[in-house]
Amino acid sequence: MIARLIRRAAGEFAVPALTLLGALLAWEAATRVFRVPRFIMPAPSAILSEGWEWRYRFIGHTWVTLYETLGGFALSMLVGVPLAILIVYSPVLRSALYPLIVLAQSVPKIAIAPVLLLVVGHGEFPKIVVAFLVAFFPVVVDTATGLAATPPELLDLSRSYRASAFKTFLKVRLPMAMPFVFAGAKVAITLSVIGAVVGEFVGSDQGLGYVILSATSYWKTELAFSSMILLSLMAIVLFGAVALVERLTCPWLAPAPEE
Amino acid sequence: MIRLDHVDKTYRTRRGDVVRAVEDISLVVGENEFVTLVGPSGCGKSTLLKLVAGLTEATGGAVSVRGRPVSEPFADVGFVFQQPVLLPWRSVVDNVLFSVEMLGLEPRQYRTQAAGLLELTGLGGFETKYPRELSGGMQQRVAICRALLPDPGLLLMDEPFGALDAMTREEMSLELLRVWEERRKTILFVTHSIPEAILLADRVVVMTPRPGRVARVLTIDLPRPRTMDLEFDGRFKDASDEIRSLIFAARKDRR
Repeated sequence: MIARLIRRAAGEFAVPALTLLGALLAWEAATRVFRVPRFIMPAPSAILSEGWEWRYRFIGHTWVTLYETLGGFALSMLVGVPLAILIVYSPVLRSALYPLIVLAQSVPKIAIAPVLLLVVGHGEFPKIVVAFLVAFFPVVVDTATGLAATPPELLDLSRSYRASAFKTFLKVRLPMAMPFVFAGAKVAITLSVIGAVVGEFVGSDQGLGYVILSATSYWKTELAFSSMILLSLMAIVLFGAVALVERLTCPWLAPAPEE
Repeated sequence: MIRLDHVDKTYRTRRGDVVRAVEDISLVVGENEFVTLVGPSGCGKSTLLKLVAGLTEATGGAVSVRGRPVSEPFADVGFVFQQPVLLPWRSVVDNVLFSVEMLGLEPRQYRTQAAGLLELTGLGGFETKYPRELSGGMQQRVAICRALLPDPGLLLMDEPFGALDAMTREEMSLELLRVWEERRKTILFVTHSIPEAILLADRVVVMTPRPGRVARVLTIDLPRPRTMDLEFDGRFKDASDEIRSLIFAARKDRR
């Protein structure tokens, strides 16, 4: 039993961990052997020590980017889910809103960002807006798909009991759509990180995106790399948090217990 | 109890084609009668159930239940579909309570009755399980309990055992009869299976393919309670042959 568990853990974690470690070692060795300049490709050890040097300054920058990301994500859920509900329930609104939403999605966000900064001004808010614009589309599409996927028999059943449309929505359609809502949320949270960084690239004086931009302009590549690592860690943790909320609120989605 | 008077139903598909689902259906179903509808796919059997439930309106003729014309859904109807369509986030007993909840009744007052129904259908002890932990047959039993809980006078069943394997199917048919003996109600039961139609019914309505019409109504004169042994009864075989010939005759006509 224990031996089996260890073997499973080895298969699941040890192999990828060893692969990663091997790659890092090869990277470290290559930069030393070939004497690659620091500003072109810093060694992992240099990235780590630079990151450690910056540990206190990173707290503030990480907080700013996290704040922008969560703001954009929250906004995309708050706007995206109700928008999806409107689209599913009203054919008129559907034909009115859908082209606008697709249009908003098709404009490259990196192209909107400078204009947005002009309009909305500086600070965190314009980055939240960019993060929102990048993230809201999958929320709308997935939620709308989920709401439209209610089995027609359940709708007939509700109707035969003369339940109101609102009651049917609350007790049947919305819970039925939850897996889709979470699928959209998982995509949205990772896109929010990207949106926040794009916003920071265009104009800011704080945040991890700003650190990357200013580090590269001073040839401090190892600092840029440590910011990137922090950003990926942030995205992974946030994704995990959404997945955890999904597991807690929709326990019925877990695979059936084995006999 | 149910009266269909020259009922037509045509609808328009998304592409704009007009489809005649049923045509000139006249049928009277008595109180507490068990009537099965049998016919090939696409003969409007499901449409007929929806017409009786008031889920869709007839384009011609009149539908009435207990003397009242049907134009919208009314209480006193239970629906069972081919798929159990349970709510995966609700336990078995909460799924059964779903019907009274949607009817706007107080679910707490029905807990004992729900438990009693689950006991009656062999699901005692499964109250707190979730649908995904049950087999297909058990899930369909839960769906039947859900339909029975408000004690409707009329039960509409749309191929309720169609998705089950043959053995579970026979078991469920006999079980339904047992439940029906105990709580009499009018049942309109759609099926593809000729033996199932005969085994269950007081009368079998044989329908022709689209547009659905009534080919013939057979009275099944077999004793109740019924058992699987009846399949070897001469009357069972006669009825079966007659239904088969009606359906195949209709097919030949179309070719």
